[in-house]
Amino acid sequence: MNLRKFAPVAAFVAFMAAFPWMVAPFDAISHYTDVMVFAGIFCLVTIGLSLLMGFAGQISLAQAAFFGIGAYASAILTGRFGWNPWAAMPAGAAAAAAVAWIVGVPALRLKGHYLAMATLGFGVIVHIVLNEEVEWTGGPSGMVDIPGLSVAGVRVLSETAWYYLVWTFVAAALIFSYHVLHSRVGRALRAIHEAEKAAEAMGVPVASYKVQVFVYSAVLASLAGSLYTHYVTFLTPSSFDLMWSVRFVLMVVVGGMQSLWGAVLGTVFLTFVGNEWLHVFADFEVLVYGGILLAVALLVPQGLVVWMQEKLSRRRETLLPRSE
Amino acid sequence: MTSPRFSSSDPILILQDVHMQFGGVTALKGIRYQVPRGIVQSIIGPNGAGKTTLLNCISGVLHPTEGRISFLGRRVEREPPHRIAALGMSRTFQHVALFPQMSVLENVMVGRHVRTRSGFWAAGLRTRSMRREEAAIGRDARAWLDFVGLADAAHLPAGALPLGKQKILEIARALATDPALLLLDEPAGGLNTRETEELGELIGRIKERGTTVILVEHDMNLVMTISDRILVLYYGQPLASGVPDEIKENPEVIQAYLGDEWTPDEGAPIMNGQL
Ligand SMILES: Nc1ncnc2c1ncn2[C@@H]1O[C@H](COP(=O)(O)OP(=O)(O)O)[C@@H](O)[C@H]1O
Ligand SMILES: [Mg+2]
Repeated sequence: MNLRKFAPVAAFVAFMAAFPWMVAPFDAISHYTDVMVFAGIFCLVTIGLSLLMGFAGQISLAQAAFFGIGAYASAILTGRFGWNPWAAMPAGAAAAAAVAWIVGVPALRLKGHYLAMATLGFGVIVHIVLNEEVEWTGGPSGMVDIPGLSVAGVRVLSETAWYYLVWTFVAAALIFSYHVLHSRVGRALRAIHEAEKAAEAMGVPVASYKVQVFVYSAVLASLAGSLYTHYVTFLTPSSFDLMWSVRFVLMVVVGGMQSLWGAVLGTVFLTFVGNEWLHVFADFEVLVYGGILLAVALLVPQGLVVWMQEKLSRRRETLLPRSE
Repeated sequence: MTSPRFSSSDPILILQDVHMQFGGVTALKGIRYQVPRGIVQSIIGPNGAGKTTLLNCISGVLHPTEGRISFLGRRVEREPPHRIAALGMSRTFQHVALFPQMSVLENVMVGRHVRTRSGFWAAGLRTRSMRREEAAIGRDARAWLDFVGLADAAHLPAGALPLGKQKILEIARALATDPALLLLDEPAGGLNTRETEELGELIGRIKERGTTVILVEHDMNLVMTISDRILVLYYGQPLASGVPDEIKENPEVIQAYLGDEWTPDEGAPIMNGQL
């Protein structure tokens, strides 16, 4: 990693590390640390989704469902069965991976946008199950008193502690994804994106890679759901409905597909929009999101990150993690 | 890799009654043909004769509506392209199909995909074996760029190369898969005279390495100089086949090439007496 590439990353890390301390002294924004915990949790979902959308060229409308699988798996395994949360988390992720594989294999064998349709249906089914399986999920009234998390025997209690925990997960997901993109697998994914026919002729099993990326996105979403569960300690099915899946897609589109930074930026931006700046619009939320989507599509179709790079500097490659 | 019953003296490719129908159009009408190992086999014929369709059927891009295709002793007419690539066949496209935003080197590195193994986990965790393999992929890809003479352009985006070099890069990418059989679809299309000569020389070196080449080409000079055998396709059927001298003198071929189906620019070679 050379200096030009390293500098923006170092600046980003420094800013993120200092963030809770920068907002804490100001009452009006001290709760931004809490908002950033949610933003970080959602980033885990959208990092995976941006690989799926940007490189496999597929849209999933079930990311909220995978988020829900992780959340409820953690809640049930720790709350009902007394599992350690750190054991419940991979169990939920494994379940999400298995389900993604079952949904993805038939949908991704076919060319075209069958995955969007399959995941739309699947997401709705998961939402119904969460509502109807009252005995397990508490139904519409949800689950309460879910245990919290401990790291090395210490309870993660304060918002600041949660902030660092969640963003450590985000950093790990970013690094893992960055490495994937800069490998044999990543080259294959980019090749699929640029010329699918040629990629196939070079021996790249296109469908299999699309399934792998989809499974990866489901695993990340499930891990995010587990963290969410232990942070808020109560669950209702409404956090896992289609509207949330659409929001995740929107976060990726706003930030810019094909860029891991785009997923992060779009997610933080829309989380603040949703949590902070939108209550004024209350019932018109859908309209606001529609307006944002329209504005992005018309004005900055590449997403905010590419647009900012072009504005701020001519050195596109310094921010984009995908160049050599 | 090859089937146990396959011996090195057997034809590398056997086509048995290959038919290809697109709705009402029959692009291939029962092709029966064998390609021996180690030669440059050219396929010529007027536009729309079915040459590209035949390459697509051989490489798995299309599945023939009828007939059998054996490659290295294995039936491949129902296999997907990536499996056929793994068996040892690679190709270029009539309309260049590179990965334009990836660097020249990365394009060739994708060619190594089929001969390497590291998966998702190994990549994300950058395991030691993954890093070792990655280094080998880089070395091999550079060696292929040297082989075709594109080493200087390694770090340019592939889409920034002039067309002539893009066509050569496509060949390098295909070679990186270690093919036993290489299919080239009009590699000289859009090249100038000097580039075409260099291409001929490159195909000669590919053949010397033991790779069988199937060449679809309109440039008669090139075809007549480097082919060991020529197959003439006409309306989806073999019209003639043989060594270049036989093809040049075949009255049916001359007749077909003089017919009005042959468009003026492709008609030029015979008018010039090249055929
Ligand atoms: N995908 C396709 N769908 C329908 N018709 C096709 C398709 N590909 C080729 N054809 C038809 O098949 C015939 C042979 O085409 P092609 O193989 O491209 O010829 P050549 O490469 O010899 O110029 C033409 O009539 C062409 O229109
Ligand atoms: Mg053609």
